Amino acid sequence: MKVLVPVKRVVDKDIKIRVKADSSGVELANVKMSMNPFDEIAVEEAIRLKEAGKATEIVAVSIGPQQASETIRTALAMGADRGILVKTEPGVEPLAVAKILKGIVDAEQPGLVILGKQAIDDDSNQTGQMLAALLGWPQGTFASKVVVEGSDILVTREVDGGLQTVRLKGPAVVTTDLRLNEPRYASLPNIMKAKKKPIDEKAPDAYGVDVKPRLEIVKTSEPPTRKSGVKVGSVAELVAKLKNEAGVL
Amino acid sequence: MAILLLAEHDNKALKDSTHKALTAAKALGSDVHVLVAGSGCRPVAEAAAKLDGVTKVLLAEGGPFEHMLAEPLAALIVSLAASYDAIVAPATSVGKNCLPRVAALLDVMQVSEIVKVVSPDTFERLIYAGNAVQTVRSRDAKKVITVRTAAFQATPEGGSPAPIEAAAGNNDPGISSFVGEELSQSDRPELTSAKVIISGGRAMQSRENFTKYIEPVADKLGAAVGASRAAVDAGYAPNDWQVGQTGKVVAPQLYIAVGISGAIQHLAGMKDSKVIVAINKDEEAPIFQVADYGLVADLYQALPELEQELGKLGR
Repeated sequence: MKVLVPVKRVVDKDIKIRVKADSSGVELANVKMSMNPFDEIAVEEAIRLKEAGKATEIVAVSIGPQQASETIRTALAMGADRGILVKTEPGVEPLAVAKILKGIVDAEQPGLVILGKQAIDDDSNQTGQMLAALLGWPQGTFASKVVVEGSDILVTREVDGGLQTVRLKGPAVVTTDLRLNEPRYASLPNIMKAKKKPIDEKAPDAYGVDVKPRLEIVKTSEPPTRKSGVKVGSVAELVAKLKNEAGVL
Repeated sequence: MAILLLAEHDNKALKDSTHKALTAAKALGSDVHVLVAGSGCRPVAEAAAKLDGVTKVLLAEGGPFEHMLAEPLAALIVSLAASYDAIVAPATSVGKNCLPRVAALLDVMQVSEIVKVVSPDTFERLIYAGNAVQTVRSRDAKKVITVRTAAFQATPEGGSPAPIEAAAGNNDPGISSFVGEELSQSDRPELTSAKVIISGGRAMQSRENFTKYIEPVADKLGAAVGASRAAVDAGYAPNDWQVGQTGKVVAPQLYIAVGISGAIQHLAGMKDSKVIVAINKDEEAPIFQVADYGLVADLYQALPELEQELGKLGR
């Protein structure tokens, strides 16, 4: 079974982002970029399926600017076999990304697509579900465990009340939650080897997809800040303040 | 045309997140229909019919809807969509799972987790784990929207109940099935609707310490128990306790953060709480920057004292 793993290039999770003064967006110039952390988990899961003999080939896909090829290289260094870069301007919306991915799935015919449940830049949490919809495939979102059982895929999902397990008739789309696995670091020899692995470059037109945004970003602003309060000296003082001043006890 | 709101429920009771998402739905248009999809869930429909501003309840009952799996639920919503200007759901795990599937089938770009309705086509939502607020205008004719429920007040019951109609259609594509679930059994309130929450972080050091130190205080306060991502990742607390950008987003009257440093992603899940208390022995912890009341103390001493002090208040 071939596994397709879409990966997104985003601002590194440890960077504190800044909103531009003119409210036109978030400052992205000279900011460290990395693979979306949920997508690292997706790459790791695909590699583990291959190591367990369930997957035969792992194809990493990124949709974004030329630099997104670096994100694909990271996936290749972790253990993916080859890459596909669909070159676009940054900021393509989840719906258009899902349409491009559908085109790639139609061409590549994977048995499983594993993606991060959301990207830590736009926090949309949509692409996997949309791709499953466009393909008419079942979806196992927010996965904390994935078991391939013949042509079925059993996915344990993190839901509001606890955990839910569903059986999906493959092919299927899985989106990763935090506790699915701990992604490995690429070793130096594997980073060197990844440089020789192939990356195909495509344009969205190759899949007949219009990437024009449907949402107009009117403005981007700083969130309201909370002013910090007071330090109290003891538990008794805390309880007294909560009761008499804040009125929440 | 009207707004279709997907109800959140457990087949027995309507969940509070529905009441909150309804407040957002009412800001989009005056005619709100609530879809209750499930199994043996007529009491849920009856509860939804009583809510202020609801003009009709659609009840879809059947096996495939019992666990609200995305595939049959999305097919049902799409079959109803032609009559609606907007399809709205609370951003619960059901809403987040199902609604993007609906959006793609309708060729609509969803607006996820709105925190404010500026106008019927313009919304505010948070990006970068709440570090920026984006105002977006949807150009799609039909809107598909999930609602961050912590940002909206619950709609109360209104006057006379709305009519309940059966929603036709069971077009389960038959590609997914429910196997089982492990739901947390607790007599405590749910995190997303609790008035008081006490959460523990990595400093709790073990699951046993949650039981020994956090839970007795929670019992005194009638509080829900939460946890930081670090505590959940370390196995000190179950995943459904996680408060944060990728866990639950909460806004209780009182939020007590114990042994939580205050990572950005945790703050994104609780900084809209009315009153925030931080108990941490590191006085430089970022959590103190958002706390109304900070106590620099060792939690293993402070929590038993807190339990005692609350007891003195007759709790």
